[in-house]
Amino acid sequence: MANSASAQPSPAPAGADGETRRDFLLYSTVAFGAVGTAMMVWPLIDSMNPAADTLALSTTEFNLSGVQEGQGVVIIWRGKPVFVRYRTQKEIDDARAVALADLIDPAKDEDRVQKDQDKYLILVGVCTHLGCIPLGSKAMETRGEYGGWFCPCHGSHYDTSGRIRKGPAPANLEVPPYTFISDTTVRIG
Amino acid sequence: MSTEKSVLQRAFEWHEQRLPIGGFIDGVIGTKYPAPKNLNYWWNFGSLNGLMLVIMIASGIFLAMNYTPHKDFAFDSVERIMRDVNYGWVMRYMHANGASFFFIVVYIHIFRGMYYGSYKNPREVLWWIGILIFLAMMATAFMGYVLPWGQMSFWGATVITNLFSAIPVVGDSIVTFLWGGFSVENPTLNRFFSLHYLLPFVIFGLVVFHVWALHLPGSNNPLGIEATPADKIPFHPYYTAKDFFGVGVFMLIYFAVVFWAPNMLGDPLNYEKANPLVTPAHIVPEWYFLPFYAILRAIPDKLLGVIAMFGSILILFALPWLDTSRIRSAVFRPIYKWFLWLFVIDCAVLTWCGAQLPEGLPLILSRVGTFWYFLHFLILLPIIGWVETPKPLPASISEAVLKGRG
Repeated sequence: MANSASAQPSPAPAGADGETRRDFLLYSTVAFGAVGTAMMVWPLIDSMNPAADTLALSTTEFNLSGVQEGQGVVIIWRGKPVFVRYRTQKEIDDARAVALADLIDPAKDEDRVQKDQDKYLILVGVCTHLGCIPLGSKAMETRGEYGGWFCPCHGSHYDTSGRIRKGPAPANLEVPPYTFISDTTVRIG
Repeated sequence: MSTEKSVLQRAFEWHEQRLPIGGFIDGVIGTKYPAPKNLNYWWNFGSLNGLMLVIMIASGIFLAMNYTPHKDFAFDSVERIMRDVNYGWVMRYMHANGASFFFIVVYIHIFRGMYYGSYKNPREVLWWIGILIFLAMMATAFMGYVLPWGQMSFWGATVITNLFSAIPVVGDSIVTFLWGGFSVENPTLNRFFSLHYLLPFVIFGLVVFHVWALHLPGSNNPLGIEATPADKIPFHPYYTAKDFFGVGVFMLIYFAVVFWAPNMLGDPLNYEKANPLVTPAHIVPEWYFLPFYAILRAIPDKLLGVIAMFGSILILFALPWLDTSRIRSAVFRPIYKWFLWLFVIDCAVLTWCGAQLPEGLPLILSRVGTFWYFLHFLILLPIIGWVETPKPLPASISEAVLKGRG
């Protein structure tokens, strides 16, 4: 194309800087093509993000009255496990006695529970390392060296506030958004 | 014999004048492609790779006719393929073990390239395309392993996709994007099936470029010296015959495993249906990912572990420049040869470590192995190239062959 074009006399006079109208047409065509392609590609990419029905499943309600003191249960929210543990007073005291400086990801226990319901610890049950589910919710399972949870995949130990204490995980177990809609019912999400 | 052309010959020529497919094939793997006359059996693995790709695509297409990419039905549809579909078991075992054998062949092919310096000038782009094929193969194999929706499928998918959460700031959004949800779920399975079907054809396209890039300089050879036209013989019939013999030997081994030990290389836990609420006590990837998994776990920091794991493959792109020696073949490199074998042992140790729990001796060994892996590429290879005195190169392939060194 370039060869055949250069063999013919230029259809438009070159400007002072050598730019021709043909150059302008070329640039604007390429620019329109690039923007148009990007606009075409975005729906394809965005279609891989969570769909509306997936997003619609984003709240879960749970009745806490069946949970005994010291007991932990696992419920499902957004397809992943959520740990609910009714903590004993000792577990709460243990979590609060730790100096923040000793923590890998410093966070106060008070900030990880709700003020009037601080016996209930509610966490996303997904290890922050590579997404395994830590053990420690069922009675028979090990709770790790700090009495919370223990991830069997790569050996992360979490304490009674769900904070990472030992192992490769970089962060504490995540606290999901939740509200108590009554004394015994919690809505997660 | 009559000198007149038969009807078939004339029909062929009529067609060749309009679309010279025969001439094209003859130029790529036929009598018009001259190859060095001293190629040894290590050179069989290129065409074996091509054969494995064809076997995988063919068996995969028929498996897909009976597979259901849905989290509630995937596991059962695979069991149905095993029990009810005519010859379904043999297609699935060929496909599952075919992945393992594809990696065996590709690892030998990569090692061949490293031993005989096939990545060096003028074959760097050929080497790069090979790495791209390797990366695409890994992605394909990973997504294929997820499809049966067993426990290892599910948790392997969870761990590997979570690797991307190590990326600062945007990591979690990327993982949600990969999943199409908030965990590995049905949308994840669906897209993995779609991409698992797509990627083999991407690999096929890359193979076209790989073979194209090969044909400009032509094949390297065990001596690593330029082959003159006098040192070359036509690919067909010489190397087609040699390759077919290799295919026969390879098929004996491959089908021995398919028929008599089809689950030897698989994890029994994958015959248990995926349970998103129970993590298996010990998650292990398939054997061909173990060295990279060992590198990931050797490093206590999440982000650095992920970087090291991807870096261990990406570093191969720089190999043509990290190796400062201008001599291609390890035959003439007395120091490099031993360090290359040490590197092979290092990879074997990492493979073993990847299958163990990351504590005690395996953890120490995987740290030493990871250190050695990068030491080999980043420090040893440049230094060896500078300090090593290579053995004298023969003047030509003919000279070496006549002296009994071909």
